[in-house]
Amino acid sequence: MTATRHGSVDARHPAAVPAGMHTRTVRGRAGKPLTPYLFLAPFMAVFGVFVLVPAVYGIWISLHNWDFFLPERPWVGLGNYTELFDPTSFVASEFWQSMRATGLFVLFSVPFLVTIPLGLALLLNRTFRGRTFFRAVYFAPYVLGVSVIGLLWQYLLNANVGLVNHYLSRLGVDEVIPWLTATPWVWVSLVGVTVWWTLGFNTVIYLAGLQGIDTTLYEAARVDGAGRRHEFWHVTLPSLRPVLLFVLTITILASANMFGQAYMLTNGAPNNETRTAIMVIAETGLEQFRMGRAAAMSYVLALLLIGISTLNFFLFRRQEKN
Amino acid sequence: MTTTTPRHAHTAPTDSATSRPRHRRNGVRWRRGPFYVVLFALSVIFFAPILWMISTSFKTRGDATALPPEWIPPTFSTEGYTTLFRDAQAPVLRWLLNSVLVGIATTALVLLTASLAAYALARMDFRGKNVAFGLIVSTLFVPGFVFLMPNYLIVDAVGWLDTMWALVVPSAASAFGVFFLRQFFLSLPPELEEAAVVDGANRWQTFWRIVVPLSKPPLATLAVLSFLTSWNDFLWPLYVLFNPENLTLPAGLATLQGSYATDYPAIMAGAVLASVPVLLVYAFCQRYIIAGVSRSGLKG
Repeated sequence: MTATRHGSVDARHPAAVPAGMHTRTVRGRAGKPLTPYLFLAPFMAVFGVFVLVPAVYGIWISLHNWDFFLPERPWVGLGNYTELFDPTSFVASEFWQSMRATGLFVLFSVPFLVTIPLGLALLLNRTFRGRTFFRAVYFAPYVLGVSVIGLLWQYLLNANVGLVNHYLSRLGVDEVIPWLTATPWVWVSLVGVTVWWTLGFNTVIYLAGLQGIDTTLYEAARVDGAGRRHEFWHVTLPSLRPVLLFVLTITILASANMFGQAYMLTNGAPNNETRTAIMVIAETGLEQFRMGRAAAMSYVLALLLIGISTLNFFLFRRQEKN
Repeated sequence: MTTTTPRHAHTAPTDSATSRPRHRRNGVRWRRGPFYVVLFALSVIFFAPILWMISTSFKTRGDATALPPEWIPPTFSTEGYTTLFRDAQAPVLRWLLNSVLVGIATTALVLLTASLAAYALARMDFRGKNVAFGLIVSTLFVPGFVFLMPNYLIVDAVGWLDTMWALVVPSAASAFGVFFLRQFFLSLPPELEEAAVVDGANRWQTFWRIVVPLSKPPLATLAVLSFLTSWNDFLWPLYVLFNPENLTLPAGLATLQGSYATDYPAIMAGAVLASVPVLLVYAFCQRYIIAGVSRSGLKG
C-alpha cells in the first residue's frame, strides 16, 4: 500500500532532474528532498521519544523531589546530588555501599572475563576437527537469560542439595560451603556464574581478532627463530591491542551493570553486601518511586563509567605510541 | 611486489613441512590427545548444568533432591510441568506466548526502522545527516540504566505500563542496529543500485528490490541478536509489567523462586520452557549470532 503510494510520487522525479546532475542523483541527493527524511522518520520517532528525550528528561527529574505518586514535585536543584555526597544521610550510605558492591564485582570478575576467554580463543584458533562444534558449546550458556541462569545455579549452588557441594565432598571437601549466603563465597558464586555464563561472548570477539592478524607476522617471527611464548608476547598481544581495549571496556561496563545475577542468586545477601548499584537504583526509583533520587544516582554511576572508559582509551593509546 | 607476497605465503607451509617433517607429524599426533581431553572437559563444564536442568525437570520432587545425584531420572515424571501448568498464579504458557510475541514484534520493528534509517545514512545526502549519525553513535556509549526513570514515566504517560508495548516500542530504537547495517550498506557496490535507478526505479523500490535481497546475512544476524536480547531482557519487564497474565518468561520465572522454593522439578520445568526456544534458535542460527558478535568487536 505505502509502497505504491511512494512509487507514484517518486516516479516523476527522473524527468525533473537536470541532465548534468545525473551521476550525483544516483549516490547523493536523489528523488524529492523529502525522501531521506522519510526513510529516517520511523527510527528517529522511536529514537527521539525513548532515547533522546529521556536523556534530557532524566536530568530534569533528578533536579526535583520527584515522587511518582505525589502531585507536587518541587524543584530541589542539585539537592538529590548533594544528598548522595552527604556522609550523614542514610541514602548516601546505602548508595555507596551498593557502589562498593558493584566495584568489587567489577574488580573480581573483569580479570577472569578478560584473560580466560583469551586463553580459550587461542586454544580454538587452530585448525582441528570439531572446531566450530566446541566454539558453539562454549558460547551456548550466553544465549540463556539471566533468570534461567539464576534459577539453575540457585539449585546447583544450594548448600545442602546442590551438585557443587556434593561433588566437592566427593573430592574430599568436608565443609558445607554456604555459596549463596556468606562472604567470601557469595562473590565466588557471582563471579563464577558470570564467567560461566558470558565467557563465550568475549571468546568469540577474541577469535575474530585473532583471525584478523596478518599471518606473515608469524612467519617473520618464525624465521627469526621465535618460540611460541615469544610469538604470543611479540606478535599476538600487540596485534590484539584494539580488540583487548574493546573487550576490557565492554566487560567493565557489563559488570558494572550487574543486576540479574545478584537479584536471583543472593538478593543482596549477606547484609546487603552483594546489593549492587543497579539494584539500589531500581528499588529506589521503581519500588519506592523516589525517582528524582534514583535518577541522580544513575547519573553519578554513568559519569563514573564514562570516565573509566575514557581513561581506558587514553591509557591504551599512550602505550601504543611508546 | 603484489605477486611475490601471495606466492611467498603459499610456499611457506610446504617449506616448513619438508624441512622437519618427522618432528612435526609426531608433535601433532602427540599433542592432539590431551588437547581434545581439555576441550572435552571444558564442554562438560559448559553443558552439564544445562543437561542437569533438563534432567531435573523430568524428575519427581523426591528424586530431585536425592543424593547421590542421578543424571538420568530414576522415575520419569512430567509432574514438574503439570504442576506449573495448573498454577493460575504462574501461567507459564501465557508467559511463553507473551515472550514470543514481544520477541517477534521487537525484531520486526528493529529490522524495519534500522534498515530504513541505515540506508538513508549510507546512501543519501541531506541536511542534518552528520548530526543524526553523531547522535545515534554517541548513544551507543550511554549506559542503559540512565533511561530507566524517564522511560518509565514516558511509558506511563502513553498508557503502556503493564502492556507489551512498553517492551516492544522502546527497544525498537536500536542504535546498534543502525550502526551495524550502515556499515554493511556502505560495503555494497553502488553500481547495482545505480543500474536500478537508470531503469527508472525510485529509492523505495531500489531499497526493497536490490538492497534488502543483498543484505540477507546481516539482516538475519540483526534479527537473531534482537530476538535474543528481547527474549532475555530482565530488569525492564520486571518493573513495567505487574499482572501475572502480562509477564514475559524472564520476569515470570523470577517469581517462581519464591512460590516454588524447593519444588525443583517445577522450577526447572519453567527454566526449560524459557531455554528451549532460544537453544533451538541458537542451534539453527549459530553462525549468524557468532558473526554478529564477531563484527561488534572489529569496530573497536
